[in-house]
Amino acid sequence: MTLRLRIGFLPLVDAALLVAAADTGIAEAHGLSLELLRDVSWSNLRDRLHVRLLDAAHMLAPAAIASTLGIGGVTAPMVAPILLNLNGNALTVSARRFEEMARVAQGDLADPAVSAQALATLVSARKASGLPPLAFAAVFGFSCHTYLLRDWMALAGVRLGEDARLEIVPPVRTVEALASGEVDGFCAGAPWNTLAVEAGVGAILHCGVDLMPDLPEKVLAWRADDVERRGEAVARLNAALIEASRWVSDEANWPSLAGLLAAPDRLAAPAALIEAVLRGDIVQGGGRPLRQVPSYIRFDAAAIRPDPAHADRLLAAMARAGQVLVTLDLTERARAVFRPLVAEATQMKF
Amino acid sequence: MTSDIKILVVDANPIRAAIIEEGLREAGFSAIVQVSETKGLVAAIGQHDPDVVVIDLENPSRDALADMFQVSRHVRRPITMFVDQSDAGQIEAAVEAGVSAYIVDGLRKERLKPILQTCISRFNAFAKLREELDEARSQLDERKLIDRAKGIVMRLKGLGEDEAYALMRRTAMNEKRKLADIARSIITAAEVLK
Repeated sequence: MTLRLRIGFLPLVDAALLVAAADTGIAEAHGLSLELLRDVSWSNLRDRLHVRLLDAAHMLAPAAIASTLGIGGVTAPMVAPILLNLNGNALTVSARRFEEMARVAQGDLADPAVSAQALATLVSARKASGLPPLAFAAVFGFSCHTYLLRDWMALAGVRLGEDARLEIVPPVRTVEALASGEVDGFCAGAPWNTLAVEAGVGAILHCGVDLMPDLPEKVLAWRADDVERRGEAVARLNAALIEASRWVSDEANWPSLAGLLAAPDRLAAPAALIEAVLRGDIVQGGGRPLRQVPSYIRFDAAAIRPDPAHADRLLAAMARAGQVLVTLDLTERARAVFRPLVAEATQMKF
Repeated sequence: MTSDIKILVVDANPIRAAIIEEGLREAGFSAIVQVSETKGLVAAIGQHDPDVVVIDLENPSRDALADMFQVSRHVRRPITMFVDQSDAGQIEAAVEAGVSAYIVDGLRKERLKPILQTCISRFNAFAKLREELDEARSQLDERKLIDRAKGIVMRLKGLGEDEAYALMRRTAMNEKRKLADIARSIITAAEVLK
């Protein structure tokens, strides 16, 4: 019997496995009928999952941890029996700030230590002349974007939240916020960085993979209690996503995948731009050539296997950002988010 | 009896915001502030120091609002409506209706109940209103299509208005299709054959 599942997602390239499973017949072959529901905020996805208006949701890995641990005012325990991708983010600054950084850079801006030092120079110069601090945007407080920004700045001693402001801006508004000068830079997933470059308002400084390689970005989140209760549904969806991972990892399928993702009810973004992201052909802006970034975003089988070690890495980043004090108990509970129990129970092959 | 609880309503839709405000006033809450844009939200929170913030789920800036509460020095630590899991039914009704609420820690949770209840019923009433409006609009559109198709039939077949309409009705019934669909086919055909 076919199982119907409602899955919420935000319009981002890293929803690729969900879209591939739903739109190529992979889900049907695994006895599933997937209804993908596009949403506008991570908070909505978390809440709709919590009250079971959704069966599963596209979720930021750190948000799944925060929600499980109850940091941030909400306790909604989640389990991620599978990841949706590793990497996929980039750090973009406005064209104007890029020029300023290029002027003061001592070395190649492609080196994160050099670019962070250039930022530090800008920050102190602004402080000295009484200008307001620079503002950087992430799309959610508990996100890899926040940690990438924070750890990059920390390379040169710039403190996010103190020396530079942190603003939370929804992905759909990042390009506009950069263009209007509301923020000086942002860290977000695809396709927003390349959209900012194409619009001529931004330049990509670094890709996530340059700063913290193989960072767990999005997971497929279920309510923790549903993972136990609905083992069959979880196992089928996991199997479908593993097959989708195989399909998505085959270069020959990238044009069709880009077409599926570009659809109005999916990302509603140009297919050519999405395909370039899948290929790792990243436009940089700032007068620099196209850059080929291997593993810009990873959807392969090894990438989507849940691993409790992901929790350790993210908790450490959360602690550095001052969001949590790590304890042994907290670590155990965070690790449980990535417990591949279903995969083990069904001897799933990743 | 009026309550001294300060409520900030964040809603991009001014009509719905007005409907909610009216409902809250009827329920005895008088300290209500409306904000339609998230841009001025930090300032509004600092200025009004609300006990409760109500936000519509269609607003993509909801994540920013949640974060603002984490870091803002202006507010005591707020919590969202479902930290307290005791009333799962109401929480579900709120999310389904498309509304979320944040309460400042310290406010007794039972005091949120009537506020949330009012918002839920007003959100649902507004959704119904919008649905009816959409339906009325599409009926009007269909009416226009049918009139246009009728004109084509009258011209091409040399029929009177009533006869043309009857012919279309008959065709729709025979083909088990909606009259508006038949009208659409006639218009398309007429354009192709022009």
